[in-house]
Amino acid sequence: MEIPRHWRLRKQRYSLVGEVCPHCQVRIFPPRDVCPSCGKEARELYTFSGRGEVYSYTTIYEAPSGFEQQVPYTVALIRLEEGPMVTAQLTDVSPEEVQIGMPVEMVTRKLRTDGDERGLILYGYKFRPRLQQA
Amino acid sequence: MTLPEPAASTLLKPIQSVGIVGYGAYVPRYRIPAKEIARVWSGKTAALPIKEKAVPGLDEDVVTMSIEAARNALRRAGIDPSELRAVWVGSESHPYAVKPTSTLVAEAIGAVPNTQAADWEFACKAGTEALVAAMGLVGSGMGRYAMAIGMDTAQGRPGDALEYTAGAGGAAYIIGPAEESLAIIQASYSYVTDTPDFWRRPEARYPEHGMRFTGEPAYFKHITEAARRLMEATGTTAKDYRWAVFHQPNTKFPQRVAAQLGFSMEQIEPGLLVPVIGNTYAGAALIGLTAVLDIARPGDRILVVSFGSGAGSDAFDILVTEALLERRDRAPKTRDYIARRIEIDYATYVRYRGKLQMK
Ligand SMILES: [Zn+2]
Repeated sequence: MEIPRHWRLRKQRYSLVGEVCPHCQVRIFPPRDVCPSCGKEARELYTFSGRGEVYSYTTIYEAPSGFEQQVPYTVALIRLEEGPMVTAQLTDVSPEEVQIGMPVEMVTRKLRTDGDERGLILYGYKFRPRLQQA
Repeated sequence: MTLPEPAASTLLKPIQSVGIVGYGAYVPRYRIPAKEIARVWSGKTAALPIKEKAVPGLDEDVVTMSIEAARNALRRAGIDPSELRAVWVGSESHPYAVKPTSTLVAEAIGAVPNTQAADWEFACKAGTEALVAAMGLVGSGMGRYAMAIGMDTAQGRPGDALEYTAGAGGAAYIIGPAEESLAIIQASYSYVTDTPDFWRRPEARYPEHGMRFTGEPAYFKHITEAARRLMEATGTTAKDYRWAVFHQPNTKFPQRVAAQLGFSMEQIEPGLLVPVIGNTYAGAALIGLTAVLDIARPGDRILVVSFGSGAGSDAFDILVTEALLERRDRAPKTRDYIARRIEIDYATYVRYRGKLQMK
């Protein structure tokens, strides 16, 4: 049971809320309160657009505990359009469709259950191929 | 300020005029054809109730689907989510028995903490119930904007008639002042009675239906009464409406109820989504309306009538404004979600819907 940690991370997990540095405007994710670029304090919240592209990826066939029912699935490094890189599961895509450079967008999905079926359902960001609009 | 005469007061109509300032749909990408379900259970290939239904992925539920529809509605409305004074989610498939769907959705879209949040239940009309309540909240001046969502991931017992149609999807609406609306809700009317057509006891996994009760005394009675009484009170007939959306548990029922009320097949065509996504329960009438708004013109008048077992109907008289044209392209259209289609077989469907006993 890690309920306090899940609860603390909910904003960044549900909606990609990070920070923006007031000194050099660098966008920061995950939030860490110190700018990785200029080293000054950065606590201003910033909600990312959720758009990015696949930088690298790997398909998981032997999943860690809590994710067994989802195999096969793809985990990717996503380069967000604002700059930062995030690691996330891809969804709504089969592993053979994934390509480096593929445009993706953030969606909020079920990540796993905390413990068994009696536990909390944990939600958070994943990325999917950008929806085609007519 | 004078209150309306008792004769006119059966309409549910706020003192301040309200409307839809933003709307958004969601449909998951998986589809199981009715003929694939028939292959496993009956061998029938003709007279199936729909073509195919939408199935949620392993990582989807009413929370995740509501979040995406709500984000689409916010894009169209162009308002800050912190301006919402209510986030209300109507469903009969809330992921938790105890713990609200609505607080999770409100948190994810950035509407917390200065907002009402509640989960609504009334079989398939939980979404329009929330919509009527949102009209009241905004129309009374308690809040400028309120969000009402109807969303479901419906389940039918394997092999049961409902398994062919129990689909997944829904829509989110932001209600606000009429002068900011892309469609004004000119009036609503609700008609309810105690009718035992469909139910599920708390410990039961799948619902039961009252066989001969499901058609005439339930669906047809409540929809025609709600529609007729709304039209009578507003002095309108079927010809005054460009489009109509009726609750759609299968393809035939809404077609038949439309004909009974004097509406043509052309008037219901754009909002009739059940053949390609299934019955989305609390989402059904509301997502039908999103597909109509995706193609409607300013000045078009739309009749929407939901139906929920148990039983009741909410009817709405809606008028499209000029604002629709500049807002509707800000988010994906309902047809974009329907076009995003991956067909699955019965085995995959059983896995995705958690129908396998794992221990
Ligand atoms: Zn900096």
